[in-house]
Amino acid sequence: MKHVHYSELEGRVGYYVTLGILGALIAMGLLAAYYMEHHGHVVTGMTNEIVWGMPHVFAVFLIIAASGILNVASIGSVFNKTAYKPLGRLSSVLAVAVLAGGLTILVLDLGRPDRLIIAMTHYNFKSIFAWNIYLYNGFFAVVLIYLYTQMSRMWYVQRYKKAAGTLAFLWRLILTTGTGSIFGWLVARQAYDLAVYAPMFIALSFSFGMAIFLLVMISIYKAVERPLGTGLVNRMGRLLGVFVAAAAYFVAIAHLTNLYAAEHWGVERFLLFGGNVYTFLFWVGFVLIGTVLPLFLVFSRSARTSMKPVVIASLAVIVGGFSLVYFIIIGGQAYPLVLFPGKEVSSSFHEGVINPYSPSFPEIMLGIGGVALALAITVFATKVLRLLPNSLADADVDPHLASKGEVVELKKAA
Amino acid sequence: MSDRDRKPDAPTSEVDAARRAFLRKIGAASTLTLAPGVVLYTMEGTEAQAKKPGEPLDPKKRWGIVIDTTKCTSGCEVCVEACKKENGWEAKPGSRTDVQWIRKVDVKDPKTGFAMSLPVMCQHCANPPCVDVCPTGASMKRADGIVRVNMHICIGCRYCMMACPYKARSFVHEDIPEERKRFHAPMGKGCVTSCDMCAHRVDVGRIPACVEACDKGAMIFGDLNDPTSEIAQYVAKFPTQQIRADLGTDPGVRYARLP
Repeated sequence: MKHVHYSELEGRVGYYVTLGILGALIAMGLLAAYYMEHHGHVVTGMTNEIVWGMPHVFAVFLIIAASGILNVASIGSVFNKTAYKPLGRLSSVLAVAVLAGGLTILVLDLGRPDRLIIAMTHYNFKSIFAWNIYLYNGFFAVVLIYLYTQMSRMWYVQRYKKAAGTLAFLWRLILTTGTGSIFGWLVARQAYDLAVYAPMFIALSFSFGMAIFLLVMISIYKAVERPLGTGLVNRMGRLLGVFVAAAAYFVAIAHLTNLYAAEHWGVERFLLFGGNVYTFLFWVGFVLIGTVLPLFLVFSRSARTSMKPVVIASLAVIVGGFSLVYFIIIGGQAYPLVLFPGKEVSSSFHEGVINPYSPSFPEIMLGIGGVALALAITVFATKVLRLLPNSLADADVDPHLASKGEVVELKKAA
Repeated sequence: MSDRDRKPDAPTSEVDAARRAFLRKIGAASTLTLAPGVVLYTMEGTEAQAKKPGEPLDPKKRWGIVIDTTKCTSGCEVCVEACKKENGWEAKPGSRTDVQWIRKVDVKDPKTGFAMSLPVMCQHCANPPCVDVCPTGASMKRADGIVRVNMHICIGCRYCMMACPYKARSFVHEDIPEERKRFHAPMGKGCVTSCDMCAHRVDVGRIPACVEACDKGAMIFGDLNDPTSEIAQYVAKFPTQQIRADLGTDPGVRYARLP
């Protein structure tokens, strides 16, 4: 491998315009949060039945994706894949930024966000939520140390790169296990209470993270006109395909497990075959758009010579992934709690009926604000830190890729 | 001591302690006057002995309620109304955001046509999932088995609502009007709230409002761990069940006959 040269993001106008747009979106998100906190959650679509709404969909999606984004760095420094090594810095920063975006949404959706300090000082160690507070904060610390070992010019810091990378990789696996277990350990709800949620969330994080990383990387390199090899993108796209297939496998196992147990037929019939919004999001959103389409695209012949199939596949994975997270979080709550199995129930507290939910505008704005925050942190970091290799042309990142003759360089290095 | 550190049942000051003592006397007097029948078991000394201000809770006790569903009729909402009045909540018909501490559930077996009605509130589990999942420890179980929310450290994450198998908890979606605010049952916008078995009454030797109000004699309150108490003798003599006993939460609210 040639020596990789990193430099800060070029350009002024484009940079400030991007930051301005993202800043406006962040401001709208903050405004939405203020509106929700001032009036109470009564102004949202959330109820006593759908207690976690659209903000949680955004937040959980971003938190899952954040740990997956770090995989790109891990593949380089932990698993020694040459082509991925130059991507480690961007991967680390993007992972931290996306986690920060997700957590900001989560915190601002609390009933009492002003009591965040209590969440940091009062711990119930039996709560997986409390563990996650440690896991999220630890993730920031571990990944920033990892980033320092990658960026430092001092040999005695650099030599800890692999150790830090390995720690970060293990940490992210535990972190996503924690996120999955928030749902997997909920014995009360028919749709959750599945141990497979933890590995399923890990597999989903691999695919969401890779898709987001690919889109961010390609967008930045196109915007600043730095060389980016089609061979590299194609290779990452095929790995995305493997992750997509793995995620689909775990989702299939989760539903087959429930379908086998008679007590869960009701919820599976409702979610998978109910002809409702959740059915649509699962079959069309996750299965068709989020799984079949990207698998077809990334392994297609045209992906060898063009980046377009991988870009479309990444977008499709994000659409499908978001659909699945909505399906899991909202769909799981829409199905009523079963207090008396096999009986018909009714009460003033909406017992035994499917719980309706329509996300309100402030909820959606808060979610978009979180996404904008993640992107703004990333754009700002690439401007002030040397995160981006000057060239990601195939010949520069991995001679093996270039020798395959599948390379189309977008631009010559300046 | 700051408000945050204070145990929910501990008096904040001498004034508070005096107020409690006064309330206790008023409570005893009004109970004797208004519900002499109920006094039979509150004054026996086994169910709800008054706790001195500052005195720690007795971990040997396990407060519970037994509900005889054969005496409970569909459409009767006396217990619900009493709870509303006592604890200051109100549920507009059809509202999905209003607080509800207790509700009447009509249950029907579609295969046999058998139908019944029963009140469902926080089941005060021995192994409460809401307490397990709460990140800050706001969702708590008292030494005497009463499960409640410490309003001072609830951050409004709603994880307890996701975890409760009994749909016992509500989120306070908006400000509570002044006239419905109760000193003993604070409900803050943005926090979670639920039935606390009228802990403020139990601690001064009274019984929960719902039990007191039930004019069908369908509800018995008392210490499940005291073999001489009426409730303990009842559960020893008659078969009672817990809702979703399969989950192993071991609720303190038991029902004589479930559908």
